[in-house]
Amino acid sequence: MGLMKRFSYIFKSKASKALDKYEDPRETLDYSYEKQLELLQKMKRGVADVATSRKRIELQAQQLQSAATKLEGQAKQAIAQNREDLAREALARRAGIASQLQDLQAQHDQLKAEEAKLVDASRRLQTKVEAFRTRKETIKATYTAAEAQTKVGEAISGISEEMGDVGMAMSRAEDKVAQMQARSGALDELMASGGLDDLSAGGDRLQAELNRTDDDSQVELELARLKGELGGTETKQLGAPTPTPTEEQR
Amino acid sequence: MIVRIMGEGQFDVPDEHLDELNRLDDALAEAVESGDTASFRTALESLLTSVRTQGSELPDDYLGPSDLVLPGPDATIAEVRAVLGEEGLIPG
Repeated sequence: MGLMKRFSYIFKSKASKALDKYEDPRETLDYSYEKQLELLQKMKRGVADVATSRKRIELQAQQLQSAATKLEGQAKQAIAQNREDLAREALARRAGIASQLQDLQAQHDQLKAEEAKLVDASRRLQTKVEAFRTRKETIKATYTAAEAQTKVGEAISGISEEMGDVGMAMSRAEDKVAQMQARSGALDELMASGGLDDLSAGGDRLQAELNRTDDDSQVELELARLKGELGGTETKQLGAPTPTPTEEQR
Repeated sequence: MIVRIMGEGQFDVPDEHLDELNRLDDALAEAVESGDTASFRTALESLLTSVRTQGSELPDDYLGPSDLVLPGPDATIAEVRAVLGEEGLIPG
């Protein structure tokens, strides 16, 4: 059997199970309507979950971006201080962050697509549920058992197919969100532990070393100045003493 | 003949296109059997494109079952197999 038929068969058997539940078709209508409203609620929560997950990724991307900018600045500072080793290290870390960012971007795009699909699906379901409610009232008002059986059957099959479709879209999105949350959590931990980059000013070894190099040259200048003051005429040979250190101080 | 593309909606496809759909559907079923992702993608794409171009999309408030149901464009072989394997995957 072809794939289409097998797929259709699965949906149809779901619908007929729903139909067999009650003797009176009118009860089936009410029961199904309740289920539809439940599913709509669930859809709304699902959309919100995906949006939350997406926003979290956006936040992480911002943090990574500012870390990358900071590292770039540090690399420049290192080069200015003739510390190529430190510049290399800063750039290497920045490359690591860039690939993390790329990863995040891909995840973000995926979530955005899921979100759009869910929004679409809930719009369709909403419209169908409204159509179902109208149909349900009409069937109940003009109820004759024989006629109702077919009409109920049609309406229920139509809506339960939609619900099956939407239900699958939901569980896909839920899976994706769960995956993302796990990865986001791991990334948060990595950032918190400093494994990715020492983002906090206090714990940043790279920055500390850059500062130390800065301090070292400051000390050299101070030393030269003091030597100059003590050495009298010798200072003149050492070059212009006082203005340089203040310039370096920032 | 009403065909649902999952995640997209329902299309009304003229009956005379059934042969073509069946042919494309066979190719798809074969691809699922073989597990070859590339041929699965191609087969699914052609089948869905055929439904979209030959059929007309039904309005959202249409309330009736479909004669045929197709997986959506981003479905994977694993997902298709899962649906075919256990009916329990479809809620409602």
